[in-house]
Amino acid sequence: MTTNIGIKSKAASVEFKQVTKIYGGDVKAVDEVSLHVNAGELVTLLGPSGCGKTTTLRMIAGLEMVSSGSIYIGEQDVTLLPATDRDVSMVFQSYALFPHMNVFENVSYGLRVSKLNKKDILEKTNTGLELVGLAGYGDRLPSELSGGQQQRVAVARALVLEPQVLLFDEPLSNLDAKLRRQVREEIRELQTDLGLTVVYVTHDQEEALAVSDRIIVMRNAGIAQSGSPRDLYEQPADSFVADFIGEANIMDVQISSVDEHTGLARVTLGNLSLELSSRGMSAGPAKLAVRPNRIHLLAQSDVPSLEGVVRKSTYVGNHMEYVVATDHGEWFSISDNVDEVFGAGVKVQVVFSERGPVLLPD
Amino acid sequence: MNRTIALWLFVGLLGFCVLPWYVLDDGLWSFEWLTDGYPFDTDYAPALFLLLQGEKLWLSPVPVLLSLPLLGIVLSKLIPTRPRLLGQILCLAGALGLAYMLAQGFAIGIRGWNSELLVQAFGELGDRQFGFGYGAMLVCISFLFFLTTGIAARGAVNGDVFIVGAIGFVIALVGMFILFPVLNMLSSAVQDGDGNYSFGIFFSKLFSSKIWGLHCLTENRSCGVAWNSLVLALCVGALTTLLGLVFALVATRSGMRQAHLLRPLTVLPIITPPFVIGLAIILLFGLSGAVTTFVADLLGINPTRWVYGLPGILIAQLLSFTPIAFLVLIGVVEGVAPSMEEASQTLRATRWQTFRTVSLPLMRPGIANAFLLGFIESMADFGNPLVLGGNYDVLSTEIFFAIVGAQNDQGQAAVLAIVLLIFTLSAFYAQRRWLGKKSYTTQTGKGDSGIPAVLPRRVLIPSYILVSIWSIFTIVVYGMIFYGGFVEIWGLDHSITLKHYITAFGVTMTDNGLHFRGSAWDSFWTTLRIAATAAPLTAAVGLVTAYLLVRQDFAAKNAFEFGTMLSFAIPGTVIGVAYIMAFNVPPIELTGTGVILVLSFIFRNMPVGIRAGVASMSQLDKSLDEASLTLGANTWRTFREIILPLMKPAILAALVFSFVRAMTAISAVIFLVSAEHNMATSYIIGRVENNDYGIAIAYSTTLIVVMLVVVLVMQLLVGKSKVGRRVAQKITPTV
Repeated sequence: MTTNIGIKSKAASVEFKQVTKIYGGDVKAVDEVSLHVNAGELVTLLGPSGCGKTTTLRMIAGLEMVSSGSIYIGEQDVTLLPATDRDVSMVFQSYALFPHMNVFENVSYGLRVSKLNKKDILEKTNTGLELVGLAGYGDRLPSELSGGQQQRVAVARALVLEPQVLLFDEPLSNLDAKLRRQVREEIRELQTDLGLTVVYVTHDQEEALAVSDRIIVMRNAGIAQSGSPRDLYEQPADSFVADFIGEANIMDVQISSVDEHTGLARVTLGNLSLELSSRGMSAGPAKLAVRPNRIHLLAQSDVPSLEGVVRKSTYVGNHMEYVVATDHGEWFSISDNVDEVFGAGVKVQVVFSERGPVLLPD
Repeated sequence: MNRTIALWLFVGLLGFCVLPWYVLDDGLWSFEWLTDGYPFDTDYAPALFLLLQGEKLWLSPVPVLLSLPLLGIVLSKLIPTRPRLLGQILCLAGALGLAYMLAQGFAIGIRGWNSELLVQAFGELGDRQFGFGYGAMLVCISFLFFLTTGIAARGAVNGDVFIVGAIGFVIALVGMFILFPVLNMLSSAVQDGDGNYSFGIFFSKLFSSKIWGLHCLTENRSCGVAWNSLVLALCVGALTTLLGLVFALVATRSGMRQAHLLRPLTVLPIITPPFVIGLAIILLFGLSGAVTTFVADLLGINPTRWVYGLPGILIAQLLSFTPIAFLVLIGVVEGVAPSMEEASQTLRATRWQTFRTVSLPLMRPGIANAFLLGFIESMADFGNPLVLGGNYDVLSTEIFFAIVGAQNDQGQAAVLAIVLLIFTLSAFYAQRRWLGKKSYTTQTGKGDSGIPAVLPRRVLIPSYILVSIWSIFTIVVYGMIFYGGFVEIWGLDHSITLKHYITAFGVTMTDNGLHFRGSAWDSFWTTLRIAATAAPLTAAVGLVTAYLLVRQDFAAKNAFEFGTMLSFAIPGTVIGVAYIMAFNVPPIELTGTGVILVLSFIFRNMPVGIRAGVASMSQLDKSLDEASLTLGANTWRTFREIILPLMKPAILAALVFSFVRAMTAISAVIFLVSAEHNMATSYIIGRVENNDYGIAIAYSTTLIVVMLVVVLVMQLLVGKSKVGRRVAQKITPTV
């Protein structure tokens, strides 16, 4: 994909102020959500189905109208503007290419509707097609393209309007796994090269981690946590986020004391004593989250560790998966070492990476 | 917004200042007025010139109301702090304007003021009302769209001018041409001859023994017409459902290869004028019918008129309406997922047990639906009872005779129409209330790899027998219709002749070119012209309504849907009576014109257009619309550039169906035809009443052939389409 800058970006920020969307009188699809997307930033809305992420996206586009609250794009209050009048383009999950128009007509549709002159339409459409690597495909009908090509036409169609905000609604869900990685990299590249403001909806956490500047995790019509991919993965706000983004072992623990000066909390698991960031919690019950790849199994350990017995040992090609039973619950662990494996029933020592365990509120 | 206002303002001014205000005597399409004293002759003058000459002074508020929106635009420019002002003024202008137009239209009648109160208030009026013409219509339209634009400006449906306008337009049409005539008819039923309201007379008419009498149970007299209709409709509903189910089962579950040949049957009721089957029955079983005379000769008895009455109507309606039940039930039978039956079989049920306990119960809602459809169709049927009724009077024919017979009792016709309407509306209501939501459809859109279970033997064999008998009978009936047109005089002289065709469709070459001297040409061309005018309008109204129903959300959408589908449940005879009562007098004076025929077709056939549109639009991915909207196109442009092109098959289907249905309709038409605008079907009925069967049959055959050609051409154009059912092609981007 070339990075010809014949198409400019008018990237603008997006702001939700206590936006609520109610369907049919009592179903709250989005509940008092406030969020901010900076100009030129790629923000992903991530969450399980029914969490309100698509509704949020459609409200940015103007395809759904808010029940209360207000929406700003750039400096402008667009709360009451219908989709037609907003400077926002969207790439749909089904691509929504017009089947009765060829690729050129599809991509130029928005330009024609905006009554640009013929020369500009031709130029911008061709630039758009070049940008997504489809120069020369103008005469094809959408039905004559592969899934990946259709997807690029949809992106070009949205790009040529130079929108203030570009929206993606699960754009990769109709592609096969290998193509997904490639297309998401292309989208990210376009976004950074053109400096676009992009809001991206997905339910695939890996996809979200890979493309985003920032991820907003949604749950039950509200925002669960917002932050950079690394923040969310390593410092999840609660067990929902910890579990939704990647897998996590989540155990009930007791915080025995919190050091006021260092902010470190002391947690004991058997003969294992951990000092972890208290994250504002005080002594009492809490949860401990540990990613499976931060749990290591050793035959013998010099440092303090948990004693356990391997219950399951599964070979999955590029790594091993273990389930280990200890006095303090069952732990799920993965290990890259596929050469020296522990069989089921073997006694092992369980240790955590230094930055592995994270405390979560109970 | 301002451009929209300017457009409707222009239309309104055109209507007020330029076009003739009142209806023209010579019909809508005559342009004699242009050269004949326009614009000063009061017959042709625009309202502006009428007022300037001091005539029709009650029109003077109209220009004031028309110019209100201008004031609105100016004010909203001057006071930018009140953004809602323009909308409010538009609403006010539109609502007041419409109200005033209607008020002046209805307050002044043929003999001056319509009500004593107004005479007392304003004194006698030395003038009369004429029907609304071009000018008045345009002004009404511009008021209507001022109102809808105003409502949109105040934020309804996201302030979408096109959508609000379309909703307003459809509501106005349905109100004017369905609700108004029907309500008007209801109110005339409670008036006595002098126009006074009298519920006593109404109730005595409504509950008279002529309608509800039960003499047939005790003595040798006929029962009331309501009972006759009811008994007939129940029989027809039950039997067509049974036959339709049998056909559907044989077509889909017999494993018979030839089963797909049954499908073309479904085209028959669409292309056959409703009374033609009745004619064929007469040819077969009438006094001099082929079967009657054969059996009489064989047994040595005198031929009888046994077929006239309940048996004849029943046979004719069964032949006419079974294909409709088949159409409904084949969808239902196909909707039962084969995997359900396979599951049942793996649970050790026999074929018969599976059929009885799984397949049949799953079809239950469809069966009830088919029954109600048959019931409504039978109640509304006019042609067959007219031809075959004998002494067995039913509501639809009684309504006709109350109007055209010696009695000419509109009140009686209205009362009978109310009874008929109560029956059909109850059935319609039951269908929607009780079955509308309930669906046992087990197909999910995911592929079902199961194979439909073959019918158990004890169902299959009787089914084959029934289907064979019915098919042979149908072939004989259509053969009769074809053959009958070539016979000198049926029953007396069976020599082959072309004379009926020559009488009806003779063409001679003269010096001036072709001369269509056959007696049927007049009505044939009229029918073609009117059907061709009605078809695009029907399709347009139907598709716009379908678009609103499928794609838009607005307050009172359910009521809107109910209102638009209502005309489906209103029998043609009722529409016919209601139209002549409502549109015989100003302000909408249409009786005797071609326009009233076109209008009746539009509103009789609108549900067909709506259904075709709804079915096809539901197949279009909604994100196509949304994509267009986010790319900056407004709803009107989206409708025009995305929806319409993708709906071509549905549009074509709606066009052809409304065309064909307009060609074959009789029940409403027979009230609305005039010497000048005679339709093929009413011409044929006239010939039947004169016992001129030869020409009637020759003409019917011609019609059937013409329509068959039309339907076939459409099938070619659309490619693969199922007539009468969803004509939608799945159009989603391949993934």
